[in-house]
Amino acid sequence: MAEATSTQRLQLVEDWSADVAVFKGVPWGKAMMWIFLLSDTFIFTSFLTGYMTVRMTTAEPWPNPSEVFALDAFGVPVPLLLIAIMTFILISSSGTMAMAVNMGYRRKRKAAAVLMIVTAIFGASFVGMQMFEWTKLIVDEGVRPWSNPMGASQFGACFFMITGFHGLHVSAGVVYLAIVATRVWRGRYEEKGYDIVEITGLYWHFVDLVWVFIFAFFYLW
Amino acid sequence: MAVEAQIPYQEALDVHHPHSWLTRYWFSQDHKVIAIQYGITAIGVGLVALVLSGMMRLQLGFPDSFDFIDPEAYYQFITMHGMIMVIYLLTALLLGGFGNYLVPLMCGARDMVFPFVNMISYHVYFASVLILLASYFVPGGPTGAGWTLYPPQAILTGTPGVDWGILTMLVSLAVFIVAFTMGGLNYVTTILQARTRGMSLMRMPLSIWGIFMATVLGLLAFPALFVSAVMMILDKTIGTSFFMPAISSLGEQLDYSGGSPLLFQHLFWFFGHPEVYIVALPAFGIVSDLISTHARKNIFGYRMMVWAIVAIGVLSFIVWAHHMYVSGMHPYFGFFFATTTLIIAVPTAIKVYNWTLTLLRANIHMTVPMLFSIAFVITFVVGGLTGLFLGNVIVDVPLSDTYFVVAHFHMVMGVSPILVIFGAIYHWYPKMTGKMLDDRIGQVHFWITFLGTYAIYYPMHYLGFVGVPRRYFANGEMAIIDESVLLLNQGITIAALIVGVAQILFIWNLIYSYYRGRDSGPNPWKATTLEWQTPETPPRHGNWESTLPTVHRWAYDYSVPGAKDDFIPQSEPPGGEHEGSART
Repeated sequence: MAEATSTQRLQLVEDWSADVAVFKGVPWGKAMMWIFLLSDTFIFTSFLTGYMTVRMTTAEPWPNPSEVFALDAFGVPVPLLLIAIMTFILISSSGTMAMAVNMGYRRKRKAAAVLMIVTAIFGASFVGMQMFEWTKLIVDEGVRPWSNPMGASQFGACFFMITGFHGLHVSAGVVYLAIVATRVWRGRYEEKGYDIVEITGLYWHFVDLVWVFIFAFFYLW
Repeated sequence: MAVEAQIPYQEALDVHHPHSWLTRYWFSQDHKVIAIQYGITAIGVGLVALVLSGMMRLQLGFPDSFDFIDPEAYYQFITMHGMIMVIYLLTALLLGGFGNYLVPLMCGARDMVFPFVNMISYHVYFASVLILLASYFVPGGPTGAGWTLYPPQAILTGTPGVDWGILTMLVSLAVFIVAFTMGGLNYVTTILQARTRGMSLMRMPLSIWGIFMATVLGLLAFPALFVSAVMMILDKTIGTSFFMPAISSLGEQLDYSGGSPLLFQHLFWFFGHPEVYIVALPAFGIVSDLISTHARKNIFGYRMMVWAIVAIGVLSFIVWAHHMYVSGMHPYFGFFFATTTLIIAVPTAIKVYNWTLTLLRANIHMTVPMLFSIAFVITFVVGGLTGLFLGNVIVDVPLSDTYFVVAHFHMVMGVSPILVIFGAIYHWYPKMTGKMLDDRIGQVHFWITFLGTYAIYYPMHYLGFVGVPRRYFANGEMAIIDESVLLLNQGITIAALIVGVAQILFIWNLIYSYYRGRDSGPNPWKATTLEWQTPETPPRHGNWESTLPTVHRWAYDYSVPGAKDDFIPQSEPPGGEHEGSART
């Protein structure tokens, strides 16, 4: 058994350093998307590290996110209600995306395209709710990037910068999904194969995963 | 897609042959044209930075003799010189230029995996250069914050260019990072997924290894710079306080409070230190190939060279705070970062030993590329040894912010990579144009540049030891500074001006040889790597014949005992014409 694993390990080294491709059978676009996402991870990591640093250095109290992001439902303030819905929607969209990838590889291109459009609609509704949240904070509660009535000015600065940057990623993803879905529907990838659906999906799952971290570090902490 | 499917796909890679001048030379998707576009733009903007350094030297050598150099202008010279040299010249030329040219040719590919993205990459880079140079035409001129752009001073009244210059600088950097990412993704994916048959990772020329690792570093390090640029733009334009503590300026309390200037330094150097190796690693790789080719001998310890490149790349991410020993961070941090910094000397030393051992008892051809390569090894050792002083906290503290630091980093990451770039241009120019560069002009250019840089930077170590602070417009009547310092500064300035003017020889050589140079033939250096085995010189769009070359050996079969010639191309099968009776 031990011997078998050691030969397997050698096999891995041999595969990786072999000719043509390090990742056999992985199309160029997919490899490139993975590397891009790795790079993008460092962008969001830097944003979140910056947020945590200024949260420590500011001398003023940090506003309580459960109160700031509470929403009145039937006259009762429910903490993080909107954020919970947004998170649920975005995670559901990852589900429909995964189904689209499956349909693509099963060559049911119309089903794949429809599922991608559903994913894009979920994404667009996420951005819509984010716009609602921003409007509420800016108009009703007077939160600005440079100041807010609840405490440390960095609260608004980090909030708008990080969720804004994530929102841009989601919006770009919606456009990307819509373009690829249209092409899938029209049968453009019949010859080349449906790796493109998976590549689009990689980006989408990444945006979703980043949201989980933003949710954990910004809203729950 | 299975591997078997990948190769024919790559072979048939649809190259859209251009029809008009515009698609051929400006919106070209050919990696070789894009490489030359990158190269010309980078050298052009680099000449601007060279002129700026000359103006700084004029002020230091002959203070108050020139009316157009006031303190504000001097700080603008420093900032623009540093940023242009590091980012817009070295990074762009080594990765955008040599990376683009060499990666597909040396790996045996038709082009980059996504030629269209590659084309966009160059044009976005060009836009970033234009935005940067636009600094000179906005009110207040370019920023004078120093190339590190430390806040709070970078965005407070009193620093030149605080109204517009700092914004054009930050926007230009962000645009550059977008360009680099598009190019970098292409280089990495091409190296990982689109090599030709037989080109395994451990048969790749070291140039490709260096470019590969440097690009990976760039893709992971530039995000930190991007984020700090975004944050500083927000601090400057809409008054957030990411980097700004409570502060008063000109007697007035500003609206900032609670930000962290140290955060910027951490983000900046998390990018800034890998950046040193983004510049150094391609130079390491390229010089290994130059030395091996012109010494007619295989590179010593190829595997060690590869692993040293990888190790340096990994370590470069955990040494950044050695730029911040005097910033007021926790002293225990200094201990940690001094340790990692000194560890990085191990793989670096392995590389230097291996270059030296490659040269030992070799059949050294003193061609111009070889001269530059040897000069690089010497200069790199000099610059590396002063790094040992600066890497130790206790020795660094008295030396920091003196001319010793200026001398150190110019030697190790300014002059050294530039020497390799010169050597590489002399080496690959024949492949790019089909003409040899003029040897005699090259020799003169080499000796003036090499000896000149020593005349410039050696005395600076001494200036640093006697305590001359860097970034000062004038030293004035400071008691610690002896009058003789001025004399030394005059000498340095004269040397710097001579070296600067001598670069005209190089530019002249590039232009003159293009029209009047000797025909080079396909393989003038008798080199083994794939780019010298192309069917046409310069290689046409698509690089190869209808089938891609097959690689049968590593890149360093020089002077194989018993072989008919002293080199065996990588694409030659066993028993081929160069091999003769030798079996390898």
